[in-house]
Amino acid sequence: MREQLTKIHEQALQALNETTVLEALENMKVKFLGKKGELTAILRGMGSLSAEERPLIGQLANEIRASIETKWEEKKAVLQEKMLESKLAMEKLDVTIPGKPVQWGKEHPITKVTREIEGIFLGMGFAIVEGPEVEYDYYNFEALNLPADHPARDTQDTFYINPKILLRTQTSPVQVRTMEKQAPPIRIISPGRVYRSDAVDATHSPMFHQVEGLVVDKGITMGNLKGTLELFAKNMFGESTRIRFRPHHFPFTEPSAEVDVSCFVCEGKGCSLCKGEGWIEILGAGMVHPNVLRGCNIDPDVYTGFAFGMGIERIVMRKYNIDDMRLLYENDVRFLSQF
Amino acid sequence: MKLSLNWLNEYLDASKLPDVKAYCDRMTDTGSKVEGYEMAGEDITNVVVGRILCMEKHPDADKLQVCQVDIGKENPIQIVTAATNVQTGNMVPVALHKATLHSGMKIKEGKLRGVLSSGMFCSIAEFGLTQNDVPYAPENGVLVFPSDACQPGDDVKKVLELEDIVVEFEITSNRPDCLSVLGLAKETAASFNLPLNISAPVVKEEGGRIEDYVSVEVENQILCPRYCARVVKNVKIQPSPLWMRSRLRHMGIRPINNMVDITNYVMLEYGQPMHAFDYRHIDGQKIIVRNAKNGETLNTLDGVERKLTEKMLMICDASHPVGLAGIMGGENSEISEDTTTVIFESAGFLGSSIRTTARDLGIRTESSGRFEKGLDPENALPALNRACELVTLLGAGEIVNGVIDVRTPKADDVKLHFTPDAINQFLGTSIAVEEMKEILKKLHFVFDTDGKVIVPTWRSDVRTMNDLAEEVARIYGYNRIVSSLFAGDVFVGKRTPMQQFRLELSSLCHAAGMYEILTYSFISPKTFDMLRLPASASERKAVVISNPLGENTGIMRTTAIGSILEAVAHNRSFRNPVVKLFELATVYLPTSPDNLPVEAQQLVMATCGSGDFFALKGICEGILHHILPKSGSLAPYMFVAETENATFHPGRCAHIMLNGEVLGTIGQIHPAVQDRFDIDGATYVAVLSVEKLVANKEQDKQYHALPKYPAVTRDLAFVCDKALEVGTMQKVLAEAGGKRLESITLFDIYTGEQVGPGKKSVAFKLTLRDAEQTLTDEMCDQLVKKLLRTMEEKCGVILRS
Repeated sequence: MREQLTKIHEQALQALNETTVLEALENMKVKFLGKKGELTAILRGMGSLSAEERPLIGQLANEIRASIETKWEEKKAVLQEKMLESKLAMEKLDVTIPGKPVQWGKEHPITKVTREIEGIFLGMGFAIVEGPEVEYDYYNFEALNLPADHPARDTQDTFYINPKILLRTQTSPVQVRTMEKQAPPIRIISPGRVYRSDAVDATHSPMFHQVEGLVVDKGITMGNLKGTLELFAKNMFGESTRIRFRPHHFPFTEPSAEVDVSCFVCEGKGCSLCKGEGWIEILGAGMVHPNVLRGCNIDPDVYTGFAFGMGIERIVMRKYNIDDMRLLYENDVRFLSQF
Repeated sequence: MKLSLNWLNEYLDASKLPDVKAYCDRMTDTGSKVEGYEMAGEDITNVVVGRILCMEKHPDADKLQVCQVDIGKENPIQIVTAATNVQTGNMVPVALHKATLHSGMKIKEGKLRGVLSSGMFCSIAEFGLTQNDVPYAPENGVLVFPSDACQPGDDVKKVLELEDIVVEFEITSNRPDCLSVLGLAKETAASFNLPLNISAPVVKEEGGRIEDYVSVEVENQILCPRYCARVVKNVKIQPSPLWMRSRLRHMGIRPINNMVDITNYVMLEYGQPMHAFDYRHIDGQKIIVRNAKNGETLNTLDGVERKLTEKMLMICDASHPVGLAGIMGGENSEISEDTTTVIFESAGFLGSSIRTTARDLGIRTESSGRFEKGLDPENALPALNRACELVTLLGAGEIVNGVIDVRTPKADDVKLHFTPDAINQFLGTSIAVEEMKEILKKLHFVFDTDGKVIVPTWRSDVRTMNDLAEEVARIYGYNRIVSSLFAGDVFVGKRTPMQQFRLELSSLCHAAGMYEILTYSFISPKTFDMLRLPASASERKAVVISNPLGENTGIMRTTAIGSILEAVAHNRSFRNPVVKLFELATVYLPTSPDNLPVEAQQLVMATCGSGDFFALKGICEGILHHILPKSGSLAPYMFVAETENATFHPGRCAHIMLNGEVLGTIGQIHPAVQDRFDIDGATYVAVLSVEKLVANKEQDKQYHALPKYPAVTRDLAFVCDKALEVGTMQKVLAEAGGKRLESITLFDIYTGEQVGPGKKSVAFKLTLRDAEQTLTDEMCDQLVKKLLRTMEEKCGVILRS
């Protein structure tokens, strides 16, 4: 019986060695170790053994069973591994084949830049306020210290609906409407569409977008105006951006300034974007004119304020190096998909 | 405004100024913005005066002369010329070898028909000049200098005074005083801390009494607060001297003759427009300043007959208008070659009146451009005197004794409180009081004994503390003000719910693959016809622009469909195959003429070359699902077939309804509309009211517990008439299904032989679930039975066998 067992052991190990397929491996298990298997069959004959031999043979049989089982498991693991490998090899993809396209829409670049500007000012505690585009002459001009015969009206060629109603030439009327409704402190920006009767060309459009800002409180200084715009410029155009104030004239602010930012391409050295100037004119700004405050029932002896405004198209065009404003309103998807 | 630095040098020592670039930068920094500068005469090089020593005929060319020319060097040079107007002894400009001329032409030594020519004789055109600039020059042919004007070898640029630096300023509308050499000299002196040398003009009166020549009557003193006049007799009209001509030229004014040039010169120098009348043509020895009478006309100096209206201010003689006040003189009293007596006018006019008249007549002159900004009437008399001083200096005539000055009383000095602390507080600076005072004094503000500051008469723009602060700040330097951030209460910056909602809508549209577009708010009135809107359509009532750029942009849009179709057309014409666009578009709905229109927002979407009606409907449903609150197995909105909207395909259009209200419209664009917009493919458009969407937006989203018990699905296919709408069937199913019917999903519609003509099979997948228990087969069967029964009763449809 001992020889039989050893023989089965050897046969089993040899068979395991020769097996290459998982299915055959399963059959082998049945053949050698199963209830009707060879090992079991031999063990059934144990009854004929002597009492001394019985435990010895039993032990041997158990050892052999354990040995076969271990080897069997080992073999199974190897074969499974091989099978997985060959399956994976079959499944190999040409990963250079293009993916299935998904079309996401995008924001118009003007919207994108407006949101960016809004985000910076929201972070500084400004509220976003909107107002009508078809506006009373009063809010667009008169309340902004531009009475009917003011020569500065000529510089803003205006679309009129009737003598009292026009298309706003700036988003400043929103400032007046806000000051009429709300007592200081005021901290707002007003983005939106504005209109001037300029014929369409590469740098002009009869409709364009502005963002204006207004701060009114006790003790607001021109230094605050500079600080605010500096913070804005650094956030918008990069940490190394500097700003420059040039005296200018706007009827609704006094003092008034045009504000340049250092060119965001050459950082002030002069390049084709800034036409060699090193600076790019981006903003108009100033301290709110006392007449404007007074017109909104805000006492200029108690409160001061600053206001600023910028054209979005100009920033968009500079930022993305777009040389023709008309592209912004043609809405060509080949253009829109670039932003 | 151009400024000749040669001229500026009359009033301050321009040699103390830094180089021109630094000059321009500082002037810009102190408030006189420089647009650019030009080095006049830079284009002309290597051209000198030559004296023609002798001339011989060219041996091989009849029309050429060979000249020996003294150019101030040891040896004469040889020039071959075709000129016919020169002779031996003439002094002429000679462009030497390597000379450059105004046209950019370069001169080189060379042979002309075999004879060496070391240069070229020049005409005035070669220097960019005309006979106005050089009156003694022939129109064509070589310029011959007067013999006493120069020496051989002299640089022609010096002889003709071609050299100057001309700086171009952009003067803002509040500073008309800076539209003058004197005004800019004052700014320059203050900016560079230089002494200014201005003296009052001295008039040499040479007999006669002005009263014997003319009287002035001002009928409308509101429009003409001051009118000054002087008379010049024994006038000799001739060209003005070279220095005056070249200064005028560099400042962009064409020289004419001495009297006209003097008025222009004074306008540029003092900023005070003037006029000269030929005394002969002033009827009745009278100048009357009055409003025009309706129907009166005047032929202005530019040869145009002007029709006048009652609000226009005229300068008239006893019988008729002789000039448009402050804008342009009349032909009838123009200075001519034989003028012997001249009346000089120097007046103050109300800016707004000049502005309106000039605008109404469509004229803009150097004069009107200054007056309309509001000039200082105190400048009128000094300017007039300066003109007379120049007359004497030029020997152009003799000044008659006396001056006429009809005026309203001189306005009181404007005195402002000088509040240095407030100014520093306002600017956020700590400028010393003395420094502030110095700055203001440099700008000709005067400190009164009571500590107040007197504003110069020409600074009508300075009326408040803010204005004084600006004066201080701009000379001190805006860029020296230290940046700071404002203190005060902390604010939370946030968007309004509507602004937030629009962002949400945009994100949904982006996720659906649509590009955002921006289109003009104004449209052509023809758009309504292109959209096939009926004559009675409310959209046709639009806000009309009274002065549009063109008809295409004549009205404010009441619908954004036309705008987005134009964008689709543009894209398709450029062969972009897939076009999916959206705009959050404002439309302008008129109310009454005196009131502002309602500005409403539309979400307008369009697809072309990307899916069908149901693709766009799916996007709409996705947006609605996202926005609206959930309620049972049926969507809260409905798509209701709409056959009347002429913009859309009559069988492929629906109203999007919510609670009985129309939220919007969706459909395929009618082929006729598509043709009118020149779009080459089926186009689907949806329009939704943003206001209505936001009003129905789900508030306070709440979590719904995930189901605890499994769902059961049952597929049911019904056979029904083709015309029966799926929506109706869904509605009936949902109502009958109750709470246990979780969802109804359409998965197939079949028409064909198997169901017979006029019929269709509609298959739904029903999801059944109970919140409290696992549904048994019997429960499901029972529910399905009920559904089938109801479908048969209400829709007359049966289960497909």
